Amino acid sequence: MALHDLLLALPITFATLWTILLIVVEATAKRAQLTFSLTSVGFLILITMMLFPSEQGYAFGEMLRLSPYSQFANFVFALSGLLVITLSQSYLAKENIHFGEYYIIVFIATLGMMLMASAAHMVVLFIGLEIMSIALYVLAGIMRKDLRANEAAMKYFLLGAFSSGFFLYGISLIYGATGEMTLFKIGIYLQENSATSLFWIGLSLMMVGFLFKISAVPFHQWTPDVYEGSPTPSTALMSTASKAAAFTALITVVLNVSSQTENNSNWIFALSTIAVLTMVVGNIAALSQDNLKRMLAFSSIAHAGYMLVGIVAGSDAGYSAVLYYALVYSLMNIGAFGVIALIEQQRELTSASDYAGLFKEKPLLAGVMALFMLSLTGIPPFGGFIGKYKLFAAAVESGLSWLAVVGVLASAVSAYYYLRVVVFMFMREPQAENQFEGVVLNPTLVLIALLVFLLGIFPTGMLRFAGEAMKFAFNM
Amino acid sequence: METVSFILFSFLGALVMVGSIGTVWSRNPVTSALFLVLNFFALGGIYLLLEAQFIAVVQVIVYAGAIMVLFLFTIMLLNLDDEQALKEKFDLQKGFGILLGGVLLVEVLYILGLKINLPQKSTTLTPVEIGEAKNIGRELITNFLFPFEIVSILLLLAVVGAIVLAKKNFSPNT
Repeated sequence: MALHDLLLALPITFATLWTILLIVVEATAKRAQLTFSLTSVGFLILITMMLFPSEQGYAFGEMLRLSPYSQFANFVFALSGLLVITLSQSYLAKENIHFGEYYIIVFIATLGMMLMASAAHMVVLFIGLEIMSIALYVLAGIMRKDLRANEAAMKYFLLGAFSSGFFLYGISLIYGATGEMTLFKIGIYLQENSATSLFWIGLSLMMVGFLFKISAVPFHQWTPDVYEGSPTPSTALMSTASKAAAFTALITVVLNVSSQTENNSNWIFALSTIAVLTMVVGNIAALSQDNLKRMLAFSSIAHAGYMLVGIVAGSDAGYSAVLYYALVYSLMNIGAFGVIALIEQQRELTSASDYAGLFKEKPLLAGVMALFMLSLTGIPPFGGFIGKYKLFAAAVESGLSWLAVVGVLASAVSAYYYLRVVVFMFMREPQAENQFEGVVLNPTLVLIALLVFLLGIFPTGMLRFAGEAMKFAFNM
Repeated sequence: METVSFILFSFLGALVMVGSIGTVWSRNPVTSALFLVLNFFALGGIYLLLEAQFIAVVQVIVYAGAIMVLFLFTIMLLNLDDEQALKEKFDLQKGFGILLGGVLLVEVLYILGLKINLPQKSTTLTPVEIGEAKNIGRELITNFLFPFEIVSILLLLAVVGAIVLAKKNFSPNT
């Protein structure tokens, strides 16, 4: 292991060392507050690292692939991690689960995601996926005295382990079919030889694993129960960064097998069917939910469907739209879950009708929540609109206009349940006097709202980054 | 030689199947676990037939040894003597699940059964040498050094996570 490799993979080297530091500090000082501060510092350093251009290339003998692509993805993960832990603090304290270990596990989950985004070898991809998943199982079950949380963690663990099994079997069959585990060598083999049915069944099994992680229909049944039962800040991480990580890994794999998938009608048919089902089922099921966490769980299924549209498009435009959407979606969804966590920790209020009159008592909080809801619907001038526009535009460019139409119709349906929350907050009278007393707005939420707003008004900068990330992603 | 290994393979393959069916079928958890041991041993034998001695030994030591001991201890600690409670009813959903599982099984078997020309890796080592602990170890600390090292984070996470979820009187500190 040469020093050069360690430096080339600096974000991962740093995150690994920082993890060990965090564990040592937590074990000796035993102060959750201190661990929180150190974890935030770790995330801040990672974010800063991602803002500067760095050397590209393969590290550790073609195990990792460091590029603007992994850099953009790592930026999304570190930012999500930072926002989630700042929103977690008061919630954890209220639920009496303020363990320093919580922050360490969030940090390790982020390290797993970074490995997934930088992986150039199937083994590293799988290890990254497992690090992320196991961290999320623990985060789901961290409220040990809560029965629903236990149920959520158990369900997530059993089904997640099952899907990892599919994923691993897929990897082994692809290895059997191509004789390679390094992604770009698989790509070279597939360009020179035709794909056998063994390869296709391997790829399908891998896709089952991916689709489970992004909770696409028909692998979505676990999502509402797990999202509802888990502590709300953990849910925020599960529904955003982990999906972004699965999507970046999915893009890496699909790009390397693109000689087989491009213009392959079977592949496009299968994936677009799943995308349509995901958008339709997610949105229709969300309509009838009164519990906000459940509603956002179904809506996050629908958002996975929108992002799948970009994958089906199969062009650089489509992939960079997915990257951009992953960033915007992470921000707005973490924001929405943050607001829910704030109100839930004070008053145990979780249904949409409980939010009646929020504007009268807490105008700023209601405003921020409304902004997230409008952005999730995809209404200009917020970030969600630009993201959706790019995704559907990429689909149209690739000659899949019908898919874009389905997507637009599905998001029109979604307006109903998102705007319902806004209507309750602004136009209804509160159910009781001083219903929201004691709810203190977390400044982080305002920051997230500002970012979502800015990404909607000045998207060019970020879009350029996402575009560059794709341009340099794999031409080496 | 060919026939000998074919007979051995058939015998071990049958044992693997008997072991796995027995694990699912038997009502008594201890019997279930013992069938699983049989399954692991037979699988270790198949690895040996494939000239993967190291994997075979690890399979027997780790799975049939360490993990099964843990399994049996857990079963005994949980005191699962109410076997009727474990009895499952058959309903339409399960029937559908079995049908889909069967279709997937047939599909995979069909594809695995096709004559596919698999790519051959060129190597100077003989099959027996590839399976040796020495060569596996060398691969692990040269080509696969990074995955080998990063797995330690996974293990660290598993330790921390298990303690957070399972330790008694684990109270928050400020």
